[in-house]
Parts: sequence; C-alpha cells; structure tokens
Amino acid sequence: MSSIHLRYEVPGDDFTRAGEASGAVKKRLKALGYNSDAIRRVAIAMYEAEINMVIHADGGYCDVDIFPDRVEILLADKGPGIPDVEKAMQAGFSTAPDNVRNLGFGAGMGLPNIKKYTDEMRIETEIGVGTNLYLTVKVNN
Amino acid sequence: MNIKEAVEKLNLKILTEGDLSREITDCYIGDLLSWVMGRAGEDSIWLTVMGNINSIAVATLADVSCIVLVENASLDEEAKAKALSHDVTILQSEENSYRLATKIYELLK
Repeated sequence: MSSIHLRYEVPGDDFTRAGEASGAVKKRLKALGYNSDAIRRVAIAMYEAEINMVIHADGGYCDVDIFPDRVEILLADKGPGIPDVEKAMQAGFSTAPDNVRNLGFGAGMGLPNIKKYTDEMRIETEIGVGTNLYLTVKVNN
Repeated sequence: MNIKEAVEKLNLKILTEGDLSREITDCYIGDLLSWVMGRAGEDSIWLTVMGNINSIAVATLADVSCIVLVENASLDEEAKAKALSHDVTILQSEENSYRLATKIYELLK
C-alpha cells in the first residue's frame, strides 16, 4: 500500500511554533480529501503531543505516514522521560510549570486527549533518554 | 448566522478579519486550551479570555468559526500576526461570557 511520509522538527521551548507540524498535516490531509473527523482527530492528537514536547522535552521530531485507511504518527524526543506513565495518563495530572498554565495549558488533558482521539496509542519512555509516542488514527472514508 | 451578522447584532469589535461570511452554528466557552480543543464543535463561536498565540492554533485545529475575546481581554501582537496569516477572525466584546452567550443562544435558536 502506498503512503506519504512527512517529517517535522518540533522546536523546544517555543510556543510560537508549536502547532506548525499539526497544522501542516491537517492541510495536507484536507488536500488529499480525508474526512473531516479523521483530520480533526489527527490534528488535535498531534498538537497535544507537540505541546508536550515543547513543555517537557525541549522539542524533538515528528514522523507522519499517511495511508489510505489510517494515519500513523511517531513523536520522538530526547527529553527526561515519563517516570510514571499511568499517572501521566490520568486526566488532571500535570507537571507543567506555572508559566505554561498561564498560557492555557497544563490542565493535565494532553495525554488523555491524545488517547481519546486516536485509535491506537503506545508510549515508549526511558528516564534520561527520551520518549517515543506512537499514534494511529483510522480513517473511515 | 454568519460572523458578519454576529458582529453587527452582538456589537463586537473586529480585531483580525478572516472570512466574515463563515457560518456560526454553535457556541463554546472555555479558557483551558486542551479542554477547548477536544470539545469545541466545528463552526462554533468560541468565547474566551485567552488572547495568546496558542489560542490561534487551537482555533485552527478545532476549526471553530471565530474567537471572541470577552470582557475586552487583550490580543497580544504575536497572536494577532498569527491570526492574520491563518485567516482566523478574532472579535472582542465588552460583555462577559455568560451575558454574551445568552444573546448568541437567542440568535442561533
């Protein structure tokens, strides 16, 4: 099955550029004629993950593979890792600093939102090494 | 109702102008961006006090119709530039979310 492969760098500690990757993927999917529900789910999940990388991991990169029936996304960073994934998955749990909360983030909704909007989600994380987040959004055209 | 009609009927100030003919079909109120992004419906008029650059990203990704900064909440320069480059309409109201929303409810009925 043919696919389109895209890669984006996510800059660390730069909120002004967070959302560029998800915005670009959204545009691309729209142009390819994917349905709006799938596009919305991809965009929201990716943006949350981008914001996480900006807040917690000093950036990273994002690989996107677009298939006819699904979109696969890898978000990889060399950040501090997630000590307790189960806790991080709880809605409302956040370790974001105050300056981030003032921007309207840090509500502890990031990972729960990502889970909600994707069909598959897998986290590989190692303390001091980094985190890989694998996401799949199925497309029902 | 489209954005232009909303501006006239709700006495809103236009801070950045996107497509004013865009329809408004629903309304959403919230300031926590992750919450809004996951829940605001497409083509909603979004009432918030968050006038920063991330609000623009959320508006774009959630595909809301426009943003209204209530209680004259300010729009920072970075956010303004991003809104203009992404054709996001940002409006401003003197009223608080509740009062404005009651009027929007009447208009959308």
